[in-house]
Amino acid sequence: MSQREQRGYIKDHGLSFRMFLTGLGLVALYGIIGALLARLGVGLVLIVVIEFGMLFGQYWFSDKIAMMSMRARVVSPDEEPELHAMIDRLCLLANMPKPKVGVSDLDMPNAFATGRNPAHAAVVVTTGIRQRLDAEELEAVLAHELSHVAHRDVAVMTIASGVGMLAGIMMRMAMWGAMLGGGGGDDRDRSNAFLLEIAVWLVSMIVYAVSFLLTMALSRYRELSADRAGAILIGKPSALASALVKVTGDLARIPNQDLRRVEGMNAFFFTPALAKGSVGAIFSTHPPLQKRLDQLARIEREMNQ
Amino acid sequence: MGLLSSLFGRTKPVEPKLDQVFSLPSAGVTLQSSLGLVTTGRAGVCYKATPGATAMASDDEIRNLLTMGDTDGKISITVDDLGYNWIVIHDDDLADLVARVHGAHTTLTENGLGPHLLCSVFGFEPQTPPGEGSVQMVYLAKTGTFYPFAPRDEKRRDNEYEIRIKNFLEEELPIEADLARWMALWGNPVA
Repeated sequence: MSQREQRGYIKDHGLSFRMFLTGLGLVALYGIIGALLARLGVGLVLIVVIEFGMLFGQYWFSDKIAMMSMRARVVSPDEEPELHAMIDRLCLLANMPKPKVGVSDLDMPNAFATGRNPAHAAVVVTTGIRQRLDAEELEAVLAHELSHVAHRDVAVMTIASGVGMLAGIMMRMAMWGAMLGGGGGDDRDRSNAFLLEIAVWLVSMIVYAVSFLLTMALSRYRELSADRAGAILIGKPSALASALVKVTGDLARIPNQDLRRVEGMNAFFFTPALAKGSVGAIFSTHPPLQKRLDQLARIEREMNQ
Repeated sequence: MGLLSSLFGRTKPVEPKLDQVFSLPSAGVTLQSSLGLVTTGRAGVCYKATPGATAMASDDEIRNLLTMGDTDGKISITVDDLGYNWIVIHDDDLADLVARVHGAHTTLTENGLGPHLLCSVFGFEPQTPPGEGSVQMVYLAKTGTFYPFAPRDEKRRDNEYEIRIKNFLEEELPIEADLARWMALWGNPVA
């Protein structure tokens, strides 16, 4: 879930799998901090308050966190007149406030929108994506990212994962309650209590994992929504489609290499084993490329009717 | 944007506001009396070009619709470097110019291009050159507000002059309050 802020373009299943692990790790971190606080004798209510405070911080500073993690900097209209002009116009077409504009010098083709609400949003593009796309495609990508801002996706996804955490915490509280109701105090009970503690941990981890998968499904739906709104905003779904093909396909990963060598190179990668199956798909924050292209083709047809 | 439609990820395309443009002719009187600025007789309607049947496919179709077949050379169409179309309209009388621009807005909207309408620009120049230089009044289609744009050489704009014009016109013209929306339109065909 650390990637929540980055509603961006990259979609590969290896990344998805790492994100799943990262998300799970983050949840575990929340759990460990909670457990530590409990050991220190902090009350349960305070623990819940602290954990949601951390989540709130992630939400409130989402723009700064995401910009830092992508090593992006805010650029002024003087530095990047064309990028600013594109965003100016798209915002006025969509009648939304203009977000901050950021550039990251990473070569990875990516773009993301972040920020807790449209007034505190930032749209960032990497040098990599600007090199690979022409002006029209870049505009389509920006329209997609601006739609994320308009749809308040950072807020939606934060609330969704907060609800997931709450479910886990409630599960834990309920099970503790059931245990304490048991009573007793000799050695045998104490070892039972230890086993129960492990069981509580396992169940709450399962609840977290399920809610994480649901959050990922929601994220995929939000991506399709942003594709749709972005394509309609620029009035040219095909521009977004060609940007997606350039940026999310295998081409994006090894752009300057002879295509015949790509297959051979795959053997050295950890990811393709996952990429071929459907396992990656449910961990993924982004829908499959083909699904996105199909939707854009449908919008194109609707527009031409 | 409605909160609910944002939350469900279903924001709708925004239709333009057309009627506020008619407050320009009376503001033009103030521009002339207070700042010595008169219309250049040129205005431009800027919209995002789109393919497809809802949009009018060719420039010719637009020209025919706008002129009703009256080809007196008062309308020309160009594309700028960001891929937006400009309908440039000529008319020496400000009220007539505004009416023609409104007509173009209406025609575009009726043909499904409303959400793609960005802005319209009206050129003003000093009555007695050199004066303080020319200025463009930009009408933002989605908000129905105006702002002044005073481009000078080398992508510089005279912000002080723009603010002064805003102060003069505030009473009679809906001025865009959010300065972040006073976008620069470098090299537009109205200049």
